[in-house]
Amino acid sequence: MTDSTGSRMPLVAALEILIRLRTDQIVVTTMGSAREWPKLSQNPLDFHYVPSSMGQAPPLGLGLALTKPEREVLVLNGDGGMLMNLGCLVTIVASGARNITVIVLENGIYEVTGGQQTAALAARRHAEVDFSGFARAAGFAVAERFDRLQDWQAQAAEILRRPGPRFVALSVEPVGAEYHLEAPGPMAERLPKFAQALAQIE
Amino acid sequence: MDIPAEQVRQTLVELGITHVVWLPDSALGLWEQALDRPGTLELVRVCREGEAWAIAAGLHLGGLRPLVMIQNTGLFESGDAMRNVLFDLRLPLSAIVGYRSFLIPNSTDSARRFTEPVLDAWGLDYVIVREPGELPLMAAHLLACREAGRPGVALVAEGRM
Repeated sequence: MTDSTGSRMPLVAALEILIRLRTDQIVVTTMGSAREWPKLSQNPLDFHYVPSSMGQAPPLGLGLALTKPEREVLVLNGDGGMLMNLGCLVTIVASGARNITVIVLENGIYEVTGGQQTAALAARRHAEVDFSGFARAAGFAVAERFDRLQDWQAQAAEILRRPGPRFVALSVEPVGAEYHLEAPGPMAERLPKFAQALAQIE
Repeated sequence: MDIPAEQVRQTLVELGITHVVWLPDSALGLWEQALDRPGTLELVRVCREGEAWAIAAGLHLGGLRPLVMIQNTGLFESGDAMRNVLFDLRLPLSAIVGYRSFLIPNSTDSARRFTEPVLDAWGLDYVIVREPGELPLMAAHLLACREAGRPGVALVAEGRM
């Protein structure tokens, strides 16, 4: 998870790079990203998937991508959620959707439950778990991993321009005491607005 | 019970289904060729049943009309994803679920034993399709549930393990 200097990028800074590059994409956030993204940006095409079924953000994003093949979908997933549903990487490739980017924010812990280690972090005693390697093996056209913020900043725009499906693992710092996750408003209010924004896409 | 695949396809087309999101069993799997034929239906293959509910949710939010097609064992596996999209997101999704061992007299298959109690516990409205002639019953049920804005499930009776 860390580079040779032991550094990881701050979660908010990693997200800010995406926010600066975001144009008209549909964005699905969950877990830690659903806590931070709404503080940084608000857009009718943001869907903060809280409450969620952990691990299901990428499939939900795939469903959206299949409905709007001319529009890009960004899914911000946690590493714990990704581990729960690695098969969805194969599902995404099998679907033929090219307009989806899965970004895994990799901090090695179940942050919203208080910071317990994921199995992937525990596995590092034996071997490095490479999320982008999973995606590459599943057939993603783009599968990258960044440990350093400056590298992510330098390459993010070019990665998002490449033909998909795309996968990016970002090694991020845990947020510490601010882990608690609350839904940014009632789903019964947010979901119809999101569906309405989707309906306006030509 | 072997329901002719073309009859299933035609029923789904008439229901306006755009995508079948599926992980089949040996009975539902017989419909693969018909459902995968180019045309108005798209077949989306998943690796684990929970994905099917989430993909269907995305398709529904985007304005399409998906249907989840899985076995009852997959229904059990996918409980949390189903809970989320049907109750947190309140999406009135439709599903066809293979009812394993229903046609085997005195079956001790636990998948059979728990299927209806589980659906009852979730409060899901379901019908059982016992023979091919009951496909119209399934269609009417799924349509009525959709029009009422609630999820609908059709259990398709199977004899195989």
